[in-house]
Amino acid sequence: MDIAQGLSRRSFLIGSAALAGGVAFGGYGAAVQAAESASDNPLAAGLAPDAVTFNPWVEISAGKITLIAQHADIGQGTGSVQPMMIAEEMDLDPGQFEIRFAGPHPAYFNTGFKEELAPFLAADQSPAAEKARAAALEGLRKSGLQMTGGSSTIPDTYEKLRVAGAVARETLKLAAAKRTGVPLADLRTQSGHVVLPNGSRISYVDLAADAARIPPVLDAQPRDPSAWRILGKPMMRLDIRSKVLGELKFGIDMKMDGMLYAAVKLNPNKGQPLKSYDASKARTMPGVKKILRLKNGVAAVATNSWYAMKAVETIDCEWAPSTYPAEQADHWKTLEASFKPEFLGKEWRKIGDVEAGLKQGKRVEAEYRAPYVGHQPLEPLNGVAVVTDAGMEIWVGHQSPQAVQAIAAANAGLKPEQVTFHNQWTGGSFGHRLEFENVRVLAEIASQMRGTPIKLVFSREEDFRQDIPRQISIARHKGSVAKGRIISADLKLAGTMPYNGLLEHMGMPTKDPDPQLAAGLWNVYYDIPHFRATTFEARNLSPCTTWRSVGASTGGFFTESFIDEMIHAAGLDPMKARIEMCVVPHYRKVLETVAEMSDWKGPLGQGRGRGVAFVESFGTPVAEVVDVTATPRGIRVDKVFVAVDVGKIIDPVNFESQVQGGVVWGLGHAMNCELTYAKGGVQQTNYNHHEAMRMYQCPVITVRGLENDPKVRGLGEPPVPPVAPALANAIFAATGKRIREMPFNKFIEFV
Amino acid sequence: MIEFTVNGTKRQVDVTPDMPLLWVLRDELGITSAKYGCGVAQCGACTVHIDGLAVRSCQSRIGDLAGKSVVTLDGVDGRDQHPVVQAWIEHQVPQCGYCQTGQIMQAISLLDLIPKPTDEQIDQVMSGNLCRCGTYPRIRAAIHAAAAKKMAEK
Repeated sequence: MDIAQGLSRRSFLIGSAALAGGVAFGGYGAAVQAAESASDNPLAAGLAPDAVTFNPWVEISAGKITLIAQHADIGQGTGSVQPMMIAEEMDLDPGQFEIRFAGPHPAYFNTGFKEELAPFLAADQSPAAEKARAAALEGLRKSGLQMTGGSSTIPDTYEKLRVAGAVARETLKLAAAKRTGVPLADLRTQSGHVVLPNGSRISYVDLAADAARIPPVLDAQPRDPSAWRILGKPMMRLDIRSKVLGELKFGIDMKMDGMLYAAVKLNPNKGQPLKSYDASKARTMPGVKKILRLKNGVAAVATNSWYAMKAVETIDCEWAPSTYPAEQADHWKTLEASFKPEFLGKEWRKIGDVEAGLKQGKRVEAEYRAPYVGHQPLEPLNGVAVVTDAGMEIWVGHQSPQAVQAIAAANAGLKPEQVTFHNQWTGGSFGHRLEFENVRVLAEIASQMRGTPIKLVFSREEDFRQDIPRQISIARHKGSVAKGRIISADLKLAGTMPYNGLLEHMGMPTKDPDPQLAAGLWNVYYDIPHFRATTFEARNLSPCTTWRSVGASTGGFFTESFIDEMIHAAGLDPMKARIEMCVVPHYRKVLETVAEMSDWKGPLGQGRGRGVAFVESFGTPVAEVVDVTATPRGIRVDKVFVAVDVGKIIDPVNFESQVQGGVVWGLGHAMNCELTYAKGGVQQTNYNHHEAMRMYQCPVITVRGLENDPKVRGLGEPPVPPVAPALANAIFAATGKRIREMPFNKFIEFV
Repeated sequence: MIEFTVNGTKRQVDVTPDMPLLWVLRDELGITSAKYGCGVAQCGACTVHIDGLAVRSCQSRIGDLAGKSVVTLDGVDGRDQHPVVQAWIEHQVPQCGYCQTGQIMQAISLLDLIPKPTDEQIDQVMSGNLCRCGTYPRIRAAIHAAAAKKMAEK
């Protein structure tokens, strides 16, 4: 599968060649350039003479203002915060504009990935690090890669959408100045209007035709945050009301005239084809219109999704076997055997002399494990598509528009430019909607059902079976403590590859070491004189992909559990020791804040325990304290305290929601979720087997945001990684029992 | 033909009697506020009211509903001003929002049965409604606020 169309693999991957030719300029200049360089604005095509577009994010057409959301909304609120950043600068009020998701276009390339792709620690702001980030940005610009993920929405758009709004505002003012003869300096804007000194007002819509005839004012500056009306203050997310009323249409809610409904049964041996099938029963079932053979399975097309699901269940399929081990025990064996030079990913960081350091003082060694887990957002994979002579139209909620276009085209026998993609509001993702299981088969079905709109809905069971899981991994950590301090830490981890897996599924395979396996492993900010972080990459296991917080969800658990073990071995207090060891001042402040919030004064006693953990992921430092009680019915998670530094908080209400949601996500999966393979397929096929957190286990979660980081950081994922180690550390404090493997309920009961 | 009432209107559908109400609502009648999440009563996203009680519509066979009255969120009396709906908006409960119509239908039913629920009672009734985004703290707060609002209105 090749999705090279419009996407340069070399430049996206930021190989050494791309880095060598870097141009050094700061984040702000880069963002401005991102707006200016979109000379082929995708909104300009087919615009009426009385309509105007200032840049790829703002359009005034057909009597209304439309703001474009380039990052997909997967529940994290980007469908609101992106237009709100533009509205702030344009002096628009909620209700005065519509929101549309962007189509595929390189103008929407993600500048935010530059932070993650440059091989430097997030806290490293040195000229060399900034130069590498600037080079990464140039690579991204060349690639045109438009993707939602990596907690990058705010880092990507904070400057460029405010600039986009400012450009629109200043251009509209200039148009008003030309029309009225009033000097530009005497004009101001308010609530979708340009206001003249005499108090009379001209609406933006009324100015559209005039504005279309002048070049946009590209040097317009966004306002200083001190002048914000909306941003930085509690605001109502734009999608709340329609979601509460059940009126917002998700992808799965779409209906078209003449539409038929499809369900699929796909090879549970992921990535393998169908050998043969017998659909004799399914063909006679109610509502069934067609049974289709697909590359890796079968589809039933019917007059109702339920008829289709019932019919497809009865189809007898013979599957090609898996290329990975059929049984889970053999996955672990493969992983255990991967700590060898031939599986070396990379030695990511080396400080001091680790071998010598390990010989000093008391040795600490531990092995940790993390299983495969599923994403399983509540809206199952789905999509609507129709193939006609003109090409294919596809309506699906997805984080990678260009990849959808390419993969749908490849599976429908079309060229990418013949595929029109319409992004949809989605009922969650957590990384699921970066993969293509639904896109591939929907394209196959629609091309076999030419002319008929098809809605595909995965049954929950099928969604579980086809879910490309989070990486499985094992850590074998060694360290030493002496005289009340940590002397050495030799952190080694073997795992399947989430990020490289995703690239491979996108048709962009790489041989570079997977940077996400190092997340939470190498970015340790404690003063440890002898330190080494090494990854090993297991081969021929289940395909894996990115899962909310990706590598740090496992690496953070291993590292912060081990740090805790060493702190205890050194006879130190887990909080005080972390604060004292932390070498980045504003990260130390995050720890101090959570200590203050939780009123940390050492052990709680009486069957209660508290644990702390600190993980920086995607550039965002997060410290969490978990309080538990050991009750006769098991461990009860009482409270979680979270301190986060994102540099700038844009929407304080959603900020708290995202942090609380990340904590619930991290806790629930650490406590009771795993996917295990048997006969080549996963054994867990509904939420009763993979429950995560429900209301009765949810603790009180207290959140505080800090704004000390020099950069504006993302938030969707970083609250996840610290909570599993903080919980394990709290359970140790309460019970003396160290849990070194997820899910924890294999080793201890929870209330 | 099976005849039943949805949101106060009599509807007739020509489907097999074992079809779950959920799929009659969604694919036959175009009422999409009830969501498909699991199909096996594990998530509560499909919750509607049948004769006034919260029910998982994925488990209600349409053949058993002849003559019954089904209410989805769209048909809740005074929906826009309903204390539960209002509290859900004020507390900005949804993230992705996919489970929320089911959560709200369950919460309305909870407050009809227990006007001032404790946290434990909320846990007992609401734990069948799964939220993958983790909005539970806000759901809890919204239910307490809605209970207070309902009491004040009486």
